[in-house]
Amino acid sequence: MMNTKQAEKTIDDSAIITIENMHKWYGDFHVLKDINLTVKKGERIVICGPSGSGKSTLIRCINRLEEHQRGKIVVDGIELTNDLKNIEKIRTEVGMVFQHFNLFPHLTIVENLTLGPIWVRKTPKKEAEEIAMYYLKKVRIAEQAHKFPGQLSGGQQQRVAIARSLCMKPNAMLFDEPTSALDPEMVKEVLDVMISLAQDGMTMIVVSHEMGFAKSVAHRVLFMDGGEVLEENNPEAFFNNPQHERTKLFLSQILD
Amino acid sequence: MKPPVTEVGMIGWMKANLFNGWFNSILTLVVLYLLWLSVPPLINWALIDSYWFSTSDQCKAGNGACWSVITANIRFILFGFYPHDLQWRPLLAIVILITLLIYSQNRNHWKKYLFYTWLIGLFSMGLLLKGGLFGLEEVESNKWGGLPLTLLLSVFGLTAAYPVGVMLALGRQSKMPVIKSFSVVYIELIRGVPLISLLFMSSVVFPLFLPEGVSINNILRAQVAIILFTAAYIAEVVRGGLQGVGRGQYEAADSLGLNYFQTMRLVILPQALKIVIPPSVSILISAFKDTSLVVIIALYDLLKTTQTTLSDPKWMGFSAEAYIFVALIYFVCCFFMSNYSRRLERELDTSL
Repeated sequence: MMNTKQAEKTIDDSAIITIENMHKWYGDFHVLKDINLTVKKGERIVICGPSGSGKSTLIRCINRLEEHQRGKIVVDGIELTNDLKNIEKIRTEVGMVFQHFNLFPHLTIVENLTLGPIWVRKTPKKEAEEIAMYYLKKVRIAEQAHKFPGQLSGGQQQRVAIARSLCMKPNAMLFDEPTSALDPEMVKEVLDVMISLAQDGMTMIVVSHEMGFAKSVAHRVLFMDGGEVLEENNPEAFFNNPQHERTKLFLSQILD
Repeated sequence: MKPPVTEVGMIGWMKANLFNGWFNSILTLVVLYLLWLSVPPLINWALIDSYWFSTSDQCKAGNGACWSVITANIRFILFGFYPHDLQWRPLLAIVILITLLIYSQNRNHWKKYLFYTWLIGLFSMGLLLKGGLFGLEEVESNKWGGLPLTLLLSVFGLTAAYPVGVMLALGRQSKMPVIKSFSVVYIELIRGVPLISLLFMSSVVFPLFLPEGVSINNILRAQVAIILFTAAYIAEVVRGGLQGVGRGQYEAADSLGLNYFQTMRLVILPQALKIVIPPSVSILISAFKDTSLVVIIALYDLLKTTQTTLSDPKWMGFSAEAYIFVALIYFVCCFFMSNYSRRLERELDTSL
C-alpha cells in the first residue's frame, strides 16, 4: 500500500471545482442539502457514506448527469447551467469512471478509447490511436487492444474505462464506486491504477468504500449521510478521531 | 467397448425423437401413414405426370401438373406489359440488383465505395426500365410490371423506410414537444389503417389535392405509400431497441462530451439496431409481400400478372401451378432475407 508521502504532490492554489450552497431535489425528496465543496488542482478527495446518502448524486451533478436546482457549481472557470455548450465543454474537461464500467460493447477496446478524442477533440485518427495505446500501456492492458469489452474480465474492463477517460486528457476525474462491482481479486489491480494516477498529480474525486485507498492517497475524506456532508477532514484525523456520531457509527461498521 | 447400436447414430436418433414412449410412437406411425398417402401422389402430380412445355390442350387432356402455364407465359408473368423485344432491359436490371445484393452481403465490403456503387446501380436500373437516354427507347411507367415492379417497390420502399423509421423513433423519444407530438401522431395514424387503404388514398384521394394538370406517376404514389407505411412500423421496433440500450451507455457517451447526434450515431443506434434485427426483418419480409397489394391501384406486380395469365380461357383451371410458382419466388426472396439476418446477428455478436 502506498503511503501518503509518496503520493503527495504540491496542490495548486487554483480551484478546479467549486460547489456553493448546492441543493438538489428528486420531486419532493431533498437529496442534496447545502453542499459546499472546493477542490483544488491536484487534490484528491474521497467521499464515503452509507448508501442513499447522495454521494453518487453529488459527483454526477458535477458533470451534469444530474441537474441541481439551487446553488452554484463552477468547473474549470465555467459555470454549470442549462447552457448546452458549457455542459459539453465541462464534460470534456472532467472524466468519469462508472461502477458498471459502461464500455461500448460494439467497439473494440482501441475504438472505445479513440471515440472521444476523434469526435470531440477532433484529433486525427492516427494520433488518437497513439494516445490510446499510450494509456492502454499505462493501465497495463495493451495486449487486449483489439478485443471487445465482452471478452474482458471486470477488472480489465474498469482499467480500460479509466484509460478511456484519460484519453480525453481531463483536468479532473470523477470515480463513482469504481471497485464496487468487482470481485475482490480484481479490486487491487484497479486501485493500483488509480494510485499511479494519483502519483501523476491527477485531481480526483472518488466515491468509494475502499478505506485503505482513502488512507493512503486522499488529501481529504468527506463523510456524507442523508444528503449532507457531515464531516470533512484529512485522512489521519478522519479515521483516528472522527467527530460526528454518525461518522463513528459508519466507520465502526465499515472497518470491522 | 462400443456403445450399443440402438443408442447411437440414426437408430439412436429415431429412438430418442420418434419412438420414445407409446404416444410418440403411435403419432410417428400416423404421420408416416399420412405422408405415404399424400407424398407419392404429390410427386406423381408435380413431377412424373407433369407437362412442362406442352400446349394447353395437351395439359387439359392429361391429369398431371401443368407447368406449361408458367413456361408458356413466363415472359408475361415476369415482365407484364413491357414491350416484348425490349424485355432484356428489365431482365438486366434484375440481374444488376441481384448482383449488388449478393455483393453487399459480405460486411467487409461495406465501405464508402459500396454506397456509390449502389447509387450508380439504382440509377442504371431506373434508366434501363424507363429509357429515354443513351439511345434507349422510352417505356411509359404504366407498362412496367411483373418481377421488376415488385422488386423495385420493395427495394426502394424498404431502403427509404428504414432511415425514416429511425428518425421517427428518435423523434418520439425527443424532449421537444412539437417533434414528439408529430412523431406520435404519425405513427399511431399510419398504424391504425391497413396498407390497402393507404394505397387507395395515395392513388385516388391525394391527386384530388393537386393543382390542375399536375399528376404524379402511379408507381410513385404506390412507392410513397409503401415507404410511409413501413416507416411507422420500423419506428416502433427501433424505439424498443433504443429503450433496450442501457442508460449507462447514454451516460458514458455524455460524460465523454459527445453531443446528441454523435451519441446516437456512434453509440446508441449501432446497439439498438443490432438488438432489433429479428423484428426488423419480420417487418421487411411483410412489406415485401405486401407489395402485392398494389393490384388495388391497377399496377401489374408479379401476383397480378400471374392472375391475368389465369384469366385466359386457354389456361384457366391451372391456378394451383401458377400460384405455386409465384409462392416459390416469394419464398426464395423471403428465405434469403431471413437467412441473411441470422448470419448478420451471428457476425455482430461481439460478446463471444
